[in-house]
Amino acid sequence: MSDQARHRAPDDDAQPVVRAADPHPAAGAEPMVRAENVHKAFGHVKVLRGIDVTVPRGNVCVVLGPSGSGKSTFLRCINHLEKIDAGRIWVDGNLVGYQQKGDKLYELHDKAVAAQRREIGMVFQRFNLFPHMCALENVIEAPTMVKGHGRADARRRGMELLDRVGLADKALNYPSQLSGGQQQRVAIARALAMDPKLMLFDEPTSALDPELVGDVLDAMKDLARSGMTMVVVTHEIGFAREVGDQLIFMDDGVVVESGAPREVLANPRHPRTRDFLSKVL
Amino acid sequence: MTIPDTSATPVPRDAEPIKAIPVRHPGRWVAIVVIAVLAAMFVHLLVTNSAFQWKFMFQNMFTPPVMRGLLGTVSITILAMIIGVVLGIVVAVARLSNNPILRGTSWAYTWFFRAVPRYVLLIVMGNLGILWPRLEIGVPFDTYLGKLFGLQDAHWRLFGITTRELLVGFWVGVLGLALSEAAYMAEIVRAGMLSVDPGQDEAATALGMSRAQALRRVVLPQAMRVIIPPTGNETIAMLKDTSLLIAVPVTAELFFQLSAIGNRTFQVFPMLVAAILWYLFLVSILLVGQYFLEKRFSRGYGRAAKAKMKLEGLAAEHGANPELP
Repeated sequence: MSDQARHRAPDDDAQPVVRAADPHPAAGAEPMVRAENVHKAFGHVKVLRGIDVTVPRGNVCVVLGPSGSGKSTFLRCINHLEKIDAGRIWVDGNLVGYQQKGDKLYELHDKAVAAQRREIGMVFQRFNLFPHMCALENVIEAPTMVKGHGRADARRRGMELLDRVGLADKALNYPSQLSGGQQQRVAIARALAMDPKLMLFDEPTSALDPELVGDVLDAMKDLARSGMTMVVVTHEIGFAREVGDQLIFMDDGVVVESGAPREVLANPRHPRTRDFLSKVL
Repeated sequence: MTIPDTSATPVPRDAEPIKAIPVRHPGRWVAIVVIAVLAAMFVHLLVTNSAFQWKFMFQNMFTPPVMRGLLGTVSITILAMIIGVVLGIVVAVARLSNNPILRGTSWAYTWFFRAVPRYVLLIVMGNLGILWPRLEIGVPFDTYLGKLFGLQDAHWRLFGITTRELLVGFWVGVLGLALSEAAYMAEIVRAGMLSVDPGQDEAATALGMSRAQALRRVVLPQAMRVIIPPTGNETIAMLKDTSLLIAVPVTAELFFQLSAIGNRTFQVFPMLVAAILWYLFLVSILLVGQYFLEKRFSRGYGRAAKAKMKLEGLAAEHGANPELP
């Protein structure tokens, strides 16, 4: 078992010891995601130029913005698929990808990073299901291989999750035999199978035919109602308005505007937000 | 022209099938005639030229030494391919690793073994005994260390064997071919791994799988589709390259045995023809195997299969559960 996992005993809220070790102790509940002044460049292109975001536990944070604004990159930084160049990201009070000892920052070993990722589910735009495994095998792969769960247990839990996204009858179908919407729901079930405390969605409905978007959004709404903390990069304004607790509008690597979704969508203050919304609404 | 009534359900109408005169291909008939004449000339050569000595050839191409050579050729092919594939996967994974030392070492390996011709490599392997008459495992620099402590001729060796025992034909042949094959297989495996959508590795990583798990469970199984067909070609090439083992030399090998009979009886040409017939036979078997392997591993990726999948996907969309494999 990794250090992170050992620190986090069953009840997250009753762990003042961990908070004390955190260099940035927060009053009250530690937010699930905290990003401070995050920078990221690919070569000479500065994709993120100082992102500050806080997502409290159980909140749904919707990230909007034109393509190329850095939304997806920011999301990928949260589970360390991308290494950030400057700033800090904490998930559940743990620094992502690094360890702070005094004023020195140590890169975490691959194993420790993998342990952090286990707690963060991710859903991709292009589903990225494993094509050589059926839906159920996709769902139980990580619990059996990474967590060492027994196959029988994992299969039972996998069927529960597939049932939850409405695909219990497709458990033995291969991804190529499923529609895009069905594949994406299997991908959601696959991420949930690791019992994450945070779910990241990277434009989950952008690659879908319009008539298949609804089922995926329903599965995500269901997840939000169950109290899951979610960060969702999307173009679905309706979803943002209905489900989001918090909306972030990004443009050119910075957060231009943020606030309650209904408010931001109804009265965008920044001209770039206004411009974007006028195009997508 | 009438505009059809769009409010009514369209009814399929009958149509007369097209009856057209097909395009003529006179060039094909000319080609058939030319090929027929050439084929007849070849058959005439086979039947009338006495140098073929067909009877002698058939009498001698199934003798016990030839059969032992056949067994040697087949087993060296299999062993060299197994070692070559396993080592090739290791080298390919090292080549794509994040570790610069592994990357550099594997690059140097493929560079060396792809640059040296197999025939030359096999000769060198057969002559390694010149370099080390005895192979020994022990304390490095033992004689020099011994001198430091005032001992003359300190030989701190655990065990050793003379290379003449080690470098007997068969295993040197297997090793030489396997080492060379691994370099080519590494390139094939690497291409296969690179052909897998990077999103797959990313999805595995995001689930918390280690790099080794992602490789073994997600990337390599999908790379197989790209790796298998060229591996079939490599196996065929390997079977043929066993005829180079004369360089080591390995005597338990098909071509050596056949040409030995030819040289001994002064009937060189019939035994060369026998060799061709044997190789045609063996490679044909491999080609059949390759056909089925490719069919199995390209499942669901051909044009027809893709169309079929699309249909199944549509059926799945409408609630029908297609037959599971």
